[in-house]
Amino acid sequence: MRLFDPSKPLEIQKRQYQQMAKDVSPKPPVLRNCLWAFAVGGLICAIGQAFLSLFLRFGLNTLDAGTAASITLVFLAALLTGLGFYDEIARYAGAGTIVPITGFANSMVAPAIEARTEGMVLGVGARLFTIAGPILVFGIVTAWLVGVLYYLFGPNPPGGS
Amino acid sequence: MAAPKKVGVQTVVFSNPPVVLSTAAIAGAKEGQGPLAGTFDKVLEDPYYGEDSWEKAERRMLQETLEKTIAKANIKPQDIDYLLAGDLLNQIISANFVARALAIPFIGLYGACSTIYEGLAVGAMLIDGGFAQYVLIGSSSHHATAERQYRFPTEQGTQRPPAAQWTVTGAGGILLAASGVGPRITHATIGRVVDLGSADPYNMGAAMAPAAANTITSHLSDTQRRVEDYDMFLTGDLGLYGKDLLEKLMLEFGHDIAPKHSDCGLLIFDRVKQDVHAGGSGCGCPAMVTCGYIMQQLREKKLKRVLGIGTGALLSPLTTQQGESIPAVGHAVVLEA
Repeated sequence: MRLFDPSKPLEIQKRQYQQMAKDVSPKPPVLRNCLWAFAVGGLICAIGQAFLSLFLRFGLNTLDAGTAASITLVFLAALLTGLGFYDEIARYAGAGTIVPITGFANSMVAPAIEARTEGMVLGVGARLFTIAGPILVFGIVTAWLVGVLYYLFGPNPPGGS
Repeated sequence: MAAPKKVGVQTVVFSNPPVVLSTAAIAGAKEGQGPLAGTFDKVLEDPYYGEDSWEKAERRMLQETLEKTIAKANIKPQDIDYLLAGDLLNQIISANFVARALAIPFIGLYGACSTIYEGLAVGAMLIDGGFAQYVLIGSSSHHATAERQYRFPTEQGTQRPPAAQWTVTGAGGILLAASGVGPRITHATIGRVVDLGSADPYNMGAAMAPAAANTITSHLSDTQRRVEDYDMFLTGDLGLYGKDLLEKLMLEFGHDIAPKHSDCGLLIFDRVKQDVHAGGSGCGCPAMVTCGYIMQQLREKKLKRVLGIGTGALLSPLTTQQGESIPAVGHAVVLEA
């Protein structure tokens, strides 16, 4: 059978061509990507843990030390984004740099840097959340849904004794 | 009555083939480190090129390219009848703003990455039709302006799939004339917009290969020529996988172009060493390669007859988000030494 028959109707041509394209297209190196993501993502978490221990030793309580460690990671990710290194690391690390809080910082700083040519309000102000926005929206919606479920089916149900 | 200079369904034959009087190409830093480094007139080390935005840098690069093209031909801008130019940015701002500065009667073109070949075809028609003596053609792309518009901010940490291509920074300019010494444009085949259902904006080669196949097949049948009549089939920016798909499609259409097929997206970079995944892309890619390397080869008679096919993916981020597949076009011209 022919891979592609130009005399056939368009719908069949499309189906044949998409099969051809699928056969030719490269598969992403999943194992390599996973290993990179595991190593770099793990490293970022280890750095976070180191800061947490450091802040605890400085006498902060657990909650405050956690906040301070998050702020430090966000600052470092923003700095590395501004200096142009973060995307270079992410090229290899993928989800390892996207999932931790550092990825969130990167996704806000990256559009902000570029949007400054369009001014502070309609540039930086409006574009700051172009990538982080959906994460916030669905994060908040999910939290709200979980809250409702907890309220209805949690250990202290409404109207219960 | 059929149009006197048209043959077959979509090809025109020029009775006095217009001459490529001069060309110029300017490259970005990464392109300047590639295998074609020696064929560019200038390499820009700074993506801002001394301007305060990437958009301005792209305009300055395109303007300088066109000014170099004019200077090389030793004519005055006032002598040029039309400027045909286009780029990837919304409302083709690079071309429009450069046209404001050059003050040459201007026809803006949009054919995505096929723009330089669309310009060559239309420019040659204007000249052979007797509407112009000189036509200036230009096209540009800038990695950062294109990424911003089509994909993510450049500093965003993302992992590109292996079929993705690298939008080049660069510009090319060509001055066509009714007479003179230089390579000539003998035929042009205007492409149809073809869409075989590819919807992945990270695999533009797959979206564009059917359009290139359609145009090449029509060209060969319109002119009653065979693959052997050409030294090279040069596609614009199909990349590694698109090139493979085009060659496979052409076999199904009954032509084996593989031994003579080159792609600008693969010529411009050392794909593996420069980490550009499937190769280069963008308006600048076919423009720089054609205006630099290919024209040199033609002038030195190392290539005698080339079918150049500019390929353009006619999508926007909006159509992608709305789930549409990617229409594509391929415009071809025959370049003879």
